[in-house]
Amino acid sequence: MSSPCRASLALAAVALLGGCDREERDSRGQPVTETVPAGATADTIYPGGPSGSTVTLSPKAAAYENNAYHIAQGQQLYGQMNCVGCHAHGGGGMGPALIDDEWRYGGRIEQIATTIVEGRPNGMPSFRGKLTDTQIWELAAYVRAMSGQVRKDAVGARTDEPSNTPPLTQTRREPIVPGEDATP
Amino acid sequence: MNTVQSVFGGQGAEGAQFLSLMTLFTVVTTIIYLLVLAYLALALWRRRRTEHTVESGDHAAEPPPQRTALIGWVALVNTGLIVLTVASFLTDRAMARTASSPALEIEIIGHQWWWDVKYTGADPSQSLETANELHLPVGVPAHITLKSADVIHSFWVPNLAGKQDLIPGRQTDISIKPTRTGLFRSQCAEFCGVQHTHMALDVTVENRADFLRWYRAGLQPAKAPTAPLAKAGYAYVMTRQCAMCHNITGTEAGSHFGPDLTHLASRRSIAAGTLPMNRGNLYGWVADPQANKPGSKMPTLGLEPNELHAVVAYLETLK
Repeated sequence: MSSPCRASLALAAVALLGGCDREERDSRGQPVTETVPAGATADTIYPGGPSGSTVTLSPKAAAYENNAYHIAQGQQLYGQMNCVGCHAHGGGGMGPALIDDEWRYGGRIEQIATTIVEGRPNGMPSFRGKLTDTQIWELAAYVRAMSGQVRKDAVGARTDEPSNTPPLTQTRREPIVPGEDATP
Repeated sequence: MNTVQSVFGGQGAEGAQFLSLMTLFTVVTTIIYLLVLAYLALALWRRRRTEHTVESGDHAAEPPPQRTALIGWVALVNTGLIVLTVASFLTDRAMARTASSPALEIEIIGHQWWWDVKYTGADPSQSLETANELHLPVGVPAHITLKSADVIHSFWVPNLAGKQDLIPGRQTDISIKPTRTGLFRSQCAEFCGVQHTHMALDVTVENRADFLRWYRAGLQPAKAPTAPLAKAGYAYVMTRQCAMCHNITGTEAGSHFGPDLTHLASRRSIAAGTLPMNRGNLYGWVADPQANKPGSKMPTLGLEPNELHAVVAYLETLK
């Protein structure tokens, strides 16, 4: 191999290092007084409604929904806050299933966060004031990830509980709104 | 004050036994090593006096002094090995004896990044749960069962005994018999995440009477606050985020995902040895845990100043 060829290959390898971008772990949540929800409230979303398609994704939601750290934290909270008690590990029980593509109150991260903050009729309690905003966003990010909408490199390859379903990295991407393209 | 965190302290029966075993090993192996080097030096120094070779067939006819030295050398090596084997066996046996008659049963669960400590009493009313502090009566063998809630941790009180890993889904154990009173520091000895450094356990070895006094005080539920500010703090803790993770015996807060707070103010440190326990650090910790211990599972709550004053006032009543 000629020396200019070798040099350019080395240069390309160095350029590849730019790909090794470490994900930010924002454990603190900025700013401290952030508020949930952004845009969507209990009044605008109802079963059979327009599924919140008028809501635009806030930058905060974008920061949480494809962040591996926040999704992993949300996964821990999902067990600790006893979401399992009603929704099981996504398959549903007393509460609706979370691993399918059906969302009664919208499947965007802001809508899920709103559902957690406000609570919903027929059993879903409100976690307003019981969890911090950061924790609610993390939980919403994980719930969203359960239906396979999140990038493969952001979700955990293993669940915390014994499971007979494929890991999230192998879950088929479900479109939030039928007819709309799934998250790439 | 804290003694230095050292494996050469020998303040525990196990630590002392291992220390004497290690000393014996070092002495015996050092003597043999020096002898080998001395003989090597001698052999290099001395001129070869005889010309006999293997081919000449007279190598078997060694002069008597050399043969005696060889026999003596073999005997010395064998004696050394036997001494070390017997010493190891006796140490093992002594440790097994400590472990076979525990007078105190303790369960320690490692979390990211704190220690959940449970004293298993004779019946449930005598069971005591605390966090990030371990009290041991001097001279009493304690059997500690170790579990992990998330990842692999390692329990290590250098002054008292060796390490033992806490492995998720498994149960390990260690026996400790402290022989001297004092305050010791224990540190997680297996990297377990970003705050592995701030995962310390305060170990207090005290005499039997002091231990029982601490134990009985620990069994008491938290006292109801009387001051108005502390009452406001109580209301916040019970109805907001705090009670979702922490347990305070005697109140409605009964969750076990975070450290038990029943007698928080009587401990020596906050957040598994991250900060010394005092009012200023309590304020700092409650106001912004993520600034003190980034990545900790305790979130920054964004308390209003009046809420912060109230919560700290209540926490200070948890003696």
